[in-house]
Parts: sequence; C-alpha cells; structure tokens
Amino acid sequence: MTAASPPFTTVIGLEVHVQLQTKTKLFCGCVTTFGSPPNTQVCPTCLGLPGSLPVMNRCAFELALRAALALNCKIAAFTKWDRKNYFYPDLPKGYQISQFDLPFSYDGHLEVSDPKGAFEPRRVGIIRVHLEEDAGKSMHDEAAGTADSRIDLNRTGTPLCEIVTQPDIRSPQEARAWLNELKLLLVYLGVSDCNMQEGSLRVDANVNLHIPQDDGRIAKTPIVEIKNMNSFRSVERALAYEAERQWGEWQATAAELGSMPKQTRGWDDAAGITRGQRHKEESSDYRYFPEPDLVPVTVTDDQVAAIRASMGEPPAVLRQTLESRWEISAYDADVLVNQGKELVGYFEELATLVGEGKAASNWMQQDVLRCLNERGGAIADFPVRPTAVADIIGRIKQGDFDTSRGREIFAEVLETGKPVADVVAGMGIAAVDDSELKALCAELISANPKIVADVQGGKEQAAGGLIGQAKKKNPNVNPGKVRAMVLELIRSMS
Amino acid sequence: MSLTDRSATDLIAALRNGEITAVACTEAFLTRIEATNPTLNAFLSVNGEGALAEAARIDAARAAGKPLGPLAGLPVAVKDVLCTTDQPTTCASKMLRGFRPPYDADVVRRLREADAVLIGKTNMDEFAMGGSNENSAYGLVRNPWDLDRAPGGSSGGSAAAIAADMAPLAIGSDTGGSIRQPAGLCGITGLKPTYGRVSRRGLVAFSSSLDQIGPMARSAADCSLLLQAIAGHDPGDSTSLAVAVPNYTAELDKPLNGLRIGRVAAHFGPGLDPEVAEHVEATFTAYEAAGATIHEVELPHAAHGVPTYYLIAPSEASSNLARYDGAHYGHRWDGSRPPDDGGMADFDSPLVEMYCRSRAEGFGPEVKRRIMLGTYALSAGYYEAYYAKALRVRRLIRQDFLDAFEQVDLIGGPVSATPAFKLGEKTENPVAMYLVDLYTVGTNLAGIGGISFPCGFTAGGLPVGFQLQGPALSEPLLLRAAHQYQQTTDWHHRRTAALPA
Repeated sequence: MTAASPPFTTVIGLEVHVQLQTKTKLFCGCVTTFGSPPNTQVCPTCLGLPGSLPVMNRCAFELALRAALALNCKIAAFTKWDRKNYFYPDLPKGYQISQFDLPFSYDGHLEVSDPKGAFEPRRVGIIRVHLEEDAGKSMHDEAAGTADSRIDLNRTGTPLCEIVTQPDIRSPQEARAWLNELKLLLVYLGVSDCNMQEGSLRVDANVNLHIPQDDGRIAKTPIVEIKNMNSFRSVERALAYEAERQWGEWQATAAELGSMPKQTRGWDDAAGITRGQRHKEESSDYRYFPEPDLVPVTVTDDQVAAIRASMGEPPAVLRQTLESRWEISAYDADVLVNQGKELVGYFEELATLVGEGKAASNWMQQDVLRCLNERGGAIADFPVRPTAVADIIGRIKQGDFDTSRGREIFAEVLETGKPVADVVAGMGIAAVDDSELKALCAELISANPKIVADVQGGKEQAAGGLIGQAKKKNPNVNPGKVRAMVLELIRSMS
Repeated sequence: MSLTDRSATDLIAALRNGEITAVACTEAFLTRIEATNPTLNAFLSVNGEGALAEAARIDAARAAGKPLGPLAGLPVAVKDVLCTTDQPTTCASKMLRGFRPPYDADVVRRLREADAVLIGKTNMDEFAMGGSNENSAYGLVRNPWDLDRAPGGSSGGSAAAIAADMAPLAIGSDTGGSIRQPAGLCGITGLKPTYGRVSRRGLVAFSSSLDQIGPMARSAADCSLLLQAIAGHDPGDSTSLAVAVPNYTAELDKPLNGLRIGRVAAHFGPGLDPEVAEHVEATFTAYEAAGATIHEVELPHAAHGVPTYYLIAPSEASSNLARYDGAHYGHRWDGSRPPDDGGMADFDSPLVEMYCRSRAEGFGPEVKRRIMLGTYALSAGYYEAYYAKALRVRRLIRQDFLDAFEQVDLIGGPVSATPAFKLGEKTENPVAMYLVDLYTVGTNLAGIGGISFPCGFTAGGLPVGFQLQGPALSEPLLLRAAHQYQQTTDWHHRRTAALPA
C-alpha cells in the first residue's frame, strides 16, 4: 500500500437490471416501445386481470441465454419460474414472475481492464443471471401528500435480466469501467439498448470497506445498498462518496458488519450524497413459490450451441482481433471497439480498402470520430463513407497531396456530400509533376541564399522555410517532396 | 313432456330436425329460471335478452342453411368464475361486484363457436372456495331436492340449475371436488377432466395447479357433448395439454366387459353414511353385473389428501387473490372510516390503508381465512415445513394413483361421505366443511380425471353420488363407464318434487 492509498479496501458488488430488446413482453404479446401514451400497451395478462394467464416469450428467453453465455455463465438444463409476492400499485397481479432458487444461468464472469493501466485487469464474478418481468411505473406527486399517484402499466411485463456480481470490484472507478464493459457487451449482442435514461439499464450497488487492523484481522464495515443512481458517472460518484462516508462512520463508531441490519441508501445526484432510506421490515418476505401458471423450461446443449454460434465476437475478443489483424495498438483497438459494433464495421471496411490498419485507424481516431462526436448521430448516418476516406488516404499515399490537404478535402466532402474526385477538382488540386516541382524549388533556392547557406552549414531543418513558400506559390505541392527536392538541389550545388 | 324436462342430447336432435326452435328452447329455460331462481338462487345473473337474441340469430342461420356449431341453440349456464364480455363476472364476491371482463374465457369462446346460447352465470362459493355454496356474497343456493339443504359447492349454482331443469348443460370448475361433490349432492352428472384438458384462460384463478373446468349435466352422454365443445389445446394456457381431443360420444355404447374397477377399503371407514355406503356398494355390484371386475386397491397416502390440499390450494390462492387490491378494478374502500374499526388502525401509509380496508370489505370470511392460511404457509421459516412438504406429499399421492392404475382401469367409490347436509350445519366449523372434500381432492392433487353421477336415493329422498376416477386423459372411459351405468338405471332421470313443476 502506497502512502497515497486509503487505509481500507472498498469492496463492491453490483446488481444490474437490463431490459431485453424484444418486440413484445415476456408473458404476453404487447409491444415494449418506450414512450407511448400511458396504458396503451397493455392487455388482460400484463394488466393482471382476473383469469389471465402468462405464456413465455421464447425470443426473450433466447436473448437472455445470449447474455448469460457472453457473461461466461453456466446454463441450467432445467429452470423454472417463481412468484415474488408483494403489494404495489405498479405491480397489478400482486406478484412478479421471477426466478428464485433455480435461475436459468449462474457462475459466470466478465473481465474489465483499462488500456491506460488505471487499474489492474479485474475478473468480476457473476453469481447469477435470471429473467423476470418488469413492473409498471408509478408517478407520485411528492410535493402534496394527498395528491393522486398515477400508474402507467406500459412497462409491466417487459423482460428484464437481473445480473448479480460477486463482491469482486475494488474501486468506484473499476465499477464504472465494468459497467461500461457490460453495457458494451450487451449492446454488441443486441440483448439490450442499455439506455439508462429510459430505464432499460438500472444499477444498484452493495458496498463496504475492509480495513486491516494492527493485529492482522480485517474489519468489515456494514454493507450498504445504494439505489437511485441514474448514470455510470453517478455510480462512481455515489460509491466514492459512500466509501468516504463509511470510513468516517468507522472512525466514529467502529461498527462492523453484522451489528445492524443491511441499510439501503439513496443517491442524491444534485447534493452529491447518499441518504438513508426507511427500512421496511414487512417487505422482506416475498413468499416465493413456483409459478403454477407456467411450465418449467428445459434447455438442451444443441440450443446453447446454436445461440453461441450466432453471437459473434464479444468486445474483449474483438479488441484482440483488431490488434492482430490490423496491427494497431491495444489503445486504438480499445477506442474503436468501445464505440460499438457499427463503428468497428466502418473501420474494418476502411482498413480493407486502404490495405492496412494503421492509416485507417489514425483517420478513424483523428477525423471520423472527431467529426462524428461533433455532429452527433450514429456512424451509419455519417455522410463520409469508408470508400471516400479510403480514396483520400490513397491519394495521399500516391503523393497527390499531403495529409493536411487531405483533411481539408475530408471536411469538404463532409460539408457538401460531393464525391472526393469532385472536391479535389473543385479545390484546384492537381498533381504537380516532377519537372514543375524542380523548377519551383530551383526558383526558391535562388531567392533564398540564407536558407541555402544554413542547410549547407548542416541545419537541414532550415529547408522547412522553403516548404512554406512553395505551398504559397502552389498549394498542390507535396511538402515531403518539396523537402526532398530542395535538399537534393542544394546538395548538388556544393 | 315440457322442453325443460328433456336431455341435452334430445334437445339438440330436436333443434336440428326443426322440431323446436332455439328461441322456444331458450324461452322455456328462461321461464323455468324465472319461476325457480327466486327459491334456489342458482343464477347470479340471467342473460335473458342476450340469450334470446343469440337464439334468434341461430334460428335464422339454421333457416338459411348456414353451417352451425354442435351445440347450436342449446342453452348453457356458466359458473360465474369464467370471464364473459357480455355478462358480469363476479366470482360471487363483493370484490368483483358488476365486474365486466374485457375478454371471454377460452371455454366461453369455444361455447360461442359451438353456437351455444349462454343463458346466465351461476352462483358459487366466493372465488370457488367452499363446499356448500354458503360462501356466496350474493346469498346461498338451495338444494332442489330439499330446500333446507346445501347443494354442495363450489359449483352449487350450476348443480342446482341442472337438477332443477333451469339449464340442460352447465359449466363448473373443480379445484378439490367443486364439480363432483355438488353433482353428487344434487343428483346430477359432473366430470372433472384431466388437468390441462380444458383451458383455464379466463377462469378466475383459485388454485392454478388444481383448477379445472368441466361439464355438468343430467347424464354422462350430455356431459360428453359439453366436454367435446370445451376441451382442447389453448396456446394461451401454458399448462394446457397439446393432445388431440378424442370423440367423447363415439364409444359411449361400448360394453364394459373386462373393465377393471378398483375399490379402496379405506373409503368405507367411519364417517361414511350407511345409506351412502349401501348405494355405493350396490353400484359396484351393478358394474360386476355389467361385465366389469372389482379389485381391492390401496391409495396409501389418501389420508393426507385434505391437509395437503388445504396447504397447496390456499397458498396459491393467497397469491392469486393479491391482485384484488382496490387499485385497478373491483371493490375499493370509499374512504369513510366506520366508528367501530374492527381492530384496524395504524396503517403504514394511505396506500396500505386503502389496500387493507378494500380487501377487508371486499372478501368474505372463508376467502380471508384461506388467504391467511396460504400466506402463513408460504412465509419465510414456514415454507419448508408446510408448502414444500405439501408438494412432496402431493407427489406421493399422485404416485399412489399411478400405481393403482397399473392394476385397475378406474377407481370407484363415494363422492361424499354424506348426502346433502343442512344449510348452516357446517358453517361454524371450517374443518368439518373441509372434510367434505375427503374423496375428491386426490383427483385434483394427482391431476387426473373424475366423474360423479347419481347412484341412488336415501330414504329421505336425497340423491347419493358415485365417483369414478381414471388416469390422465381417461375421459372417454370415465364417460362410457358412467353412461353404461345410466343405461341400466334411472336415478339420473328422477326429478325433484320440492319445486313447482
């Protein structure tokens, strides 16, 4: 432990709920589109009307299997549904169909590392992944105690995967990075859009501190569950705050794990603090029992194999693939992969056209990504397609113009949507032939005896002054070629 | 002979050959309902106008030569636990007073497709919880054979309706005996099909793993007509069996030579009424005379049936009935606090108070008792000792039947230990009431089929029922065995004298 490190280890486990990207709900045929008028995507089943029955959506189960496999989970050959009983107005049946003791998958892991080495690569264990139905939404008028609450049941019955990690995460920063990796993975697989603003990804965190004592014993602070975190940044901030709070609490009270019931605290993003939530004794007994309206689900090895075969490369594998296939740095591969599957597709198309990865990667990082971020929107809608970028890179490589000129052309193509050739012609860019270049250089040499003397005196960098002048006289000249020609002519003078 | 005296089989033939019209048939039963329902209270709602309109439509279609369903023009009464879009669905509970479902139960849909005339919704024990039909929020039902006695339950309204000629066919539901026991006490025929044979979609759930819809009628032949119309796979019910539906009438007339019927000695223990025992034994003799052989079989865990049932059914019910919370539909507390608060105070929130008061007002005492039993049995710390153990005993009971059906084709015996009991006789003693299910719960716990039909009358003129239980999907055999018995007896033809003719 270095002097700057805190005198404790932060121990974090996450519980993530992810809405699956199915067209319809988990147990009925209602659509799952976000943002429709309240209570317009409902039927007797998701309204919990008397006599209604659930029927499992196979697509949802397969998407969940896909997620579990990508998280390296074991898949249960036999899984069943259970009812989790509790009363709440946004839960119209009075119970949630979930999975209790036999989740469909368990015992997996997802690794996260930081290409800049901010933390050691971490393999975070996954205790279980199970499938359940989402509840509806309650909208309370918090200000007025007597005001009506409004219930929207459009979300009721949307398939949710619950992913529970082992307490393997050791810092708020790691937690955030791991969530980014999880989100990237699930989006790559098409399992979920993981949109936290729309609630399709929700995170709760359990955190406590392990504090080494002088006698060698490790003291553990009481575990706190943090809720109400609306972004990964909030998760990082809330965990950092909570670790500090627990450290303060420990110094004040020395209260250890087991000395009090588990506490739930809500994150207040504006205030930047967690607040204790009322402990509900009676809500803790959910009276789980097997759902008699559904039959157990069996999963065969063939089904698992078929889903595995259809999954494609997960991000971690894709990073390595890009590194080795295109000979780009781990950092560059990370940046590309983290932008999503479509951007990687764009890059690979570009690299294939260019015939090598390094130039393609540089253009991706310095031009395509920068412009994409400025404009916003998806890579699929980006007006400059890989063929155009490859065209520009190709012309640079054959010496038609230099990279900075190429950037101007790229900007013009982006602006006007014209083909590269038209932009090049329109900008008056034409290749300068060798005799023309030689004449220009000779003219400059004779006009700049001071520079010639400097170069002859061993200061080759002085030739740079001639390059600027050459570009002014003819913007189409290639700076590299000017430099080479000037040096050659000066050398031949002596 | 008036129209209402005739069997369903006979009426369908008469409707088909033009002897009678659907309107005339419907009018006759509506008139009978009007005359007897004030006494019996068998119907909670009568679909007079709707039924007549439907009958007229069918008559017109028949006159135009259009193809019609197998039950075309025949009135059918439906227990008020099945969802119907055109009639209220109350489950005999204040909780669902006036409730109109936005969808039809699968069985109701099938009945409409068969061109049956849905004549009304029958009374029952609230949410199908009870064995006497005294637990209805809309008043008890009287047994047509003795107006001071209970018709049994929970399908007491459907049983009384058939016994009193208010409908030729009725739909019941059976969770622990709720078709067979009232059929026995009212002298009619009722079949509980194999679990999954008939879709439960739109059947308001009491105990999902035990509930099954079935036909009630005067005879096995009539029951087979109704079962034919309602049985079949429903992709909307995950527990529905994807097995082809046989022709239930095709083999009714096949003789019973070689049929092996099991007799369980334990069925004849103390508590069985001697007159009931006598008629049941005589029925075995009649079967022997018809060519069947009788074999002693054992169901070693049968004694645990009632306790097992009264853990599983209330546990599921406690969850199934959680949805009646006043928040979305059904009864909601109006906000007024009575001066005598019945011990209710100190609510966590206005929401919890609304839940508690709505449910306290909306549910009757037996429903509350079962919700409490089930909630307790599923609670942390008790689950293993009660619910989980009950599930294990349930498997043993099921295995008992599987073993017995290695030796015999069907198992015979009493439906109820006594004939119809007096109204009020058991209402103060819930355990005594629960014991009326003694002979019937095993069928539900094992998920198999059972049929009840009249096998005699007591000296006091009360019908006695006989029960046959058969393996999964043995409905054709159950119906045939009952039908063959009914070919040589006339108990099912006898009509009550306790009502105006």
